[in-house]
Amino acid sequence: MSAAEVWLTLAGMGLVTVLLRLSFIALWGRITLPEVVRDALRYVPPAVLAAIIAPALLFHDGQLVPASGQPRLWAGVLAALIAWRTRNALATIVGGMVALFAFEWLAPMLRAWLG
Amino acid sequence: MTTRAREFGDGVRAQLPILVGVAPFGAIYGALATGAGLAPDAAQAMSAIVFAGSSQFVATSLFAAAAPWPVIIATTLIINLRHLWYSASIAPYLAHLPARWKLGLAYLLTDEAYIVSMQRYAAAPPAHDHRHWYLAGSGLALWLTWQLATAVGVFVGAQVPAAWNLDFALPLTFIALLATALQDRPALLAAGIAGLVAVLTAGLPYQLGLVFAAIAGISVGAVARRTLARQP
Repeated sequence: MSAAEVWLTLAGMGLVTVLLRLSFIALWGRITLPEVVRDALRYVPPAVLAAIIAPALLFHDGQLVPASGQPRLWAGVLAALIAWRTRNALATIVGGMVALFAFEWLAPMLRAWLG
Repeated sequence: MTTRAREFGDGVRAQLPILVGVAPFGAIYGALATGAGLAPDAAQAMSAIVFAGSSQFVATSLFAAAAPWPVIIATTLIINLRHLWYSASIAPYLAHLPARWKLGLAYLLTDEAYIVSMQRYAAAPPAHDHRHWYLAGSGLALWLTWQLATAVGVFVGAQVPAAWNLDFALPLTFIALLATALQDRPALLAAGIAGLVAVLTAGLPYQLGLVFAAIAGISVGAVARRTLARQP
């Protein structure tokens, strides 16, 4: 991609993002949202976030990895438990990173032990 | 101290603990973006122009994979679609403001600023008309941190070894955000279905799996909410 294309792409990304954020703040009072649209919008955050997280935990370089050999999956599960119990973003991120280090360090030993 | 200054300061203070997590995240973005082949000025500009960390990370990986620009912009749209809900739910508290304020605050409406501001607005009854300064304070604190952290990452560059797994901070941040988004059973269902569809469709080109997963999750969540509401 040329430098000009990169900058145009950045401009497009910025425009799309600010329009999404501005949308209903700007339209408030001018339109009333049908109940069904409001109900749908409410579930955009959980749906989109989960759609990004799940493949990131299960796939590595485009390949589905078996759970036993997947430290990222188990670190993610542990991070989800921390997030659910504490509702604390920093604890979740730090806990997940430490868990991944630990699991990656333990995995070869575990495999050797299992033969 | 005036009400405005107090609201602004309270907004900044509410954001401080979150900034501790955001700062390394911004530095990781800066390092990954230059590692992905983006010029330093473009990597820094993305933080100022887009100012949405999760979509910046995903865009960085798409730039690295030489994805066509419409794919990058469409993916940004899907990932940031959740801001539609933020915009709709925070709009009543900003309704009295002039257009320039609305535009400025919309630009600053990140996940983090939205979450602390909505907690504040939901807890306190509308006592005065200066509450938007709270969002301005939390939004600007995050903005400044994000720009500086990006600069550090761009400057240090790709010297961080891949074995550190710093890219894993992205799904972890999303897991933390998801925990706050799972407020009822339909949300849990929406997340479960979206995650499942995303895994099943992960092989599709142009991030199409993300689109299908989002549509499936949102529909199931909305239908579940309506079904539950109809029950006595």
